[in-house]
Amino acid sequence: MEPRTLFQKVWDDHVVVQEPNRPAVLYIDLQLIHEVTSPQAFTGLRERGLKVRRPDKTIATMDHSTPTLPKALWVIDDQAKAQLGQLETNCKDFGVELFALGDSRNGIVHVIGPERGFTQPGKTIVCGDSHTSTHGAFGALAFGIGTSEVEHVLATQCLLQRKAKTLEVRVDGQLMPGVTAKDIILALCAEIGTGGGTGYVIEFTGSAIRGLDMEGRMTVCNMSIEAGARAGMIAPDETTFEYLKGRERVPQGADWDAAVERWSQLCTDEGAKFDKTVIIDANKLEPMITYGTNPGMGIQISGPMPTLESFDDFSQQAAFEKAMLYMDLEPGQPLLGKKIDVVFIGSCTNSRISDLRMAAGVFSGRKVADGVRTLVVPGSHDIKKQAESEGLDQIFKEAGAEWREPGCSMCIAMNGDNLEPGQYAVSTSNRNFEGRQGKGGRTFLASPLTAAAAAITGEVTDPRSLLLS
Amino acid sequence: MAKFTTLTSHAVPLPAENVDTDQIIPARFLKVTDKHGLGDSLFCDWRYLKDGSDNPDFVLNEAASQGAQILIAGNNFGSGSSREHAPWALVGWGFRAIISTGFADIFKSNSLKNGLLPVEVSADAYKALMEAVQLDRSTRITVDLPTQSVTGPDGLEATFLIDAFSKHCLLEGIDQLGYLLSFDEQITSYEQQRT
Repeated sequence: MEPRTLFQKVWDDHVVVQEPNRPAVLYIDLQLIHEVTSPQAFTGLRERGLKVRRPDKTIATMDHSTPTLPKALWVIDDQAKAQLGQLETNCKDFGVELFALGDSRNGIVHVIGPERGFTQPGKTIVCGDSHTSTHGAFGALAFGIGTSEVEHVLATQCLLQRKAKTLEVRVDGQLMPGVTAKDIILALCAEIGTGGGTGYVIEFTGSAIRGLDMEGRMTVCNMSIEAGARAGMIAPDETTFEYLKGRERVPQGADWDAAVERWSQLCTDEGAKFDKTVIIDANKLEPMITYGTNPGMGIQISGPMPTLESFDDFSQQAAFEKAMLYMDLEPGQPLLGKKIDVVFIGSCTNSRISDLRMAAGVFSGRKVADGVRTLVVPGSHDIKKQAESEGLDQIFKEAGAEWREPGCSMCIAMNGDNLEPGQYAVSTSNRNFEGRQGKGGRTFLASPLTAAAAAITGEVTDPRSLLLS
Repeated sequence: MAKFTTLTSHAVPLPAENVDTDQIIPARFLKVTDKHGLGDSLFCDWRYLKDGSDNPDFVLNEAASQGAQILIAGNNFGSGSSREHAPWALVGWGFRAIISTGFADIFKSNSLKNGLLPVEVSADAYKALMEAVQLDRSTRITVDLPTQSVTGPDGLEATFLIDAFSKHCLLEGIDQLGYLLSFDEQITSYEQQRT
C-alpha cells in the first residue's frame, strides 16, 4: 500500500460513499452541539419530520452566551435565555445528552470533549464552531461546520466533504523558557497569514510538537483555523494515551488495550507526501503578540511593529493602515510598554489547567496593576475544581484578579463579559478582529504568561522579565 | 434552496482584505433561533454610527448600493468563525453573489448552501472589476453559473471555478440534505461493519 499521511488514514476510514465528481459521504463519529449554532438545525429536522440518527454520537453543552458570575448574580438577557431554553428543549425532544448550565460537567465545548474522553484518536469530530480544530491534537480529524451541516450530521451522521490538501507544519527544536504552545501557533499565523492554510488540513510534526503536553497541543491545533486551515492534527503517542487513560468515555480494560494498539497506527507513514511543508525553528521562537486586527498580524514581543514599507502589496498596505487606525497604534514602534486596560485569561485556546498554572506562576506573590481589570475564566467546572484544589484561585484573587465560572466569556463577548469601546486588552483567546471582545475594543493576543505579565505591570510586557526576577 | 443560474446587477465595492465573519455579523446578533431578519445587522459595526444612525461613509449606505445583488470584496473574504449567520445576513440584505480572489473554507461552504455564489476570480480580473465598479457605480456585472463566467463593461470577462457538485446543486436548487438522505442504506451498512 502507498504510504499515507495521518489525515489520509482517518479520511479513508470514514468514507461511506465516493461517487465520481461528487464530494465524499464522510461518516462522523462525534458531533458536539452548543446553543448558538444549533437551533436552526433542529428546526430543519422538525420541518422535515426527521430524527437525530445517532443521539449516542451527539453531545451538547452551553457555553457561548452563559454567565460567568456565580449563580446569584446571573444576568441572562431574554434572547440568550430563549436560545439556551431552545437547546434544552431540542436535546430533550431528540434524546441528546446535554451538559447544561449549572451541570458539574458543563464547560466550553472544546474543553469538555477531551476532558471527558469523548475526543479520541482517529475519530471524525464536527461542531458548529470553527475551533473544533482543537480536537485534532488527539489525531482526530476535527473541523468546524455551518448550521446547515449541523443539520446534515444530526439527520444522517454524515457530511458531504471534498478532500482537503495536506500541509505539514514541522516545528523542530526546543522552546526557550517563557515561550509556549501559543507562541508557536501565533508565529505560524504571522508567517503564513490568516489565509495561508485555506484548503489545507495541517499536520503538526517535529520535536517541539512532540515535546508539548496535550493541553499545549490543543492550543496549537485550536488556532489552525486562524491560519485558514479547517483542521490541525497531531499524531497520537504515549503523551496522548497517558492523557486519555481512565477518562470517563474512553474504552476501559481490554478494550483500552485494543484501542491503543489501533491508535498507535495513526501516524504519517515514512515516504508519505504532503502537498506543502512549512518549517518553524522552535529554538528561535520568542513570546509572540498580535498588534493588529487579525491573528496573522503578530510580532515577536521584543520587536517593533511593521511599517507600511514592510508590505509590498497595495491591498496589504491598506489592511495594515486600517488596522493601525482601529488599534490607534504607531507603525514601526515597539508594543512593549503599551498601557492596557483589561487582561482576559480563558477561552478554548487557553483555559485549561496548565494555562492557569502558568498564569498563577506569574501572579503568585504579586498584585494586578492599578486600574487593570483581570478576568480568569476556567474552561470547565472540572478545571475550576482542579484549580481550586491547587489553591490557584486564591493566588488569582489575592493578586486582584476576578475568578469566574466557566464559559467562552470575553473571547466572543456574548454573555456580558466585554471590553468597552477604546479599551486595550491582552487576551489569551484566539481572535483580535475589530469588536470581537466588545464593540470598539482592541485586542492583543498572547500566551497566558504574557497576559499575566501584562496584568501585573499594566502594560505589554515580556513575560521573561518576570519569570527571571 | 433558491436556484442560481445567471445574475446581472450593479455591485457594492468593498476592497478590504480579510473581511472576517465578526465584521459581517457581530457575535451579539447570534442569539437568534431562526435564520431570518439578519440583513439589518449586516456589517453592523461599520454600517451604523454610535447613535444607531446610518454611517454615511460606509459603502452599503450609499444610494448607489441600494438594490445591488453582487458584492465585490478583497481577498480571504469570510475568514474567522463558522457562523452561517454570515451568509444569512448577506442574503438577507439582498446579495446573491460575492466576487473575490479568495474565500475562507467554512464561509464558502456555508454560502453554497444558501444560494449565495462565491465567485473566485484571478487577481487581475478582480482588480479590473473593482476599478470599473468604483469608477462607475451603475456598472452592471453578469455572473453566469452555467459557463462559470463573469462579464463586466468594455468586454471585461473572467472565469471562475466551482466544483461540479455545488454547481449542479445551485443550478437545480437541490438541497444537499435530501441528497445525503438518499444514502441511508450505505450509511446503515457502514455502521454495521464498524460495530
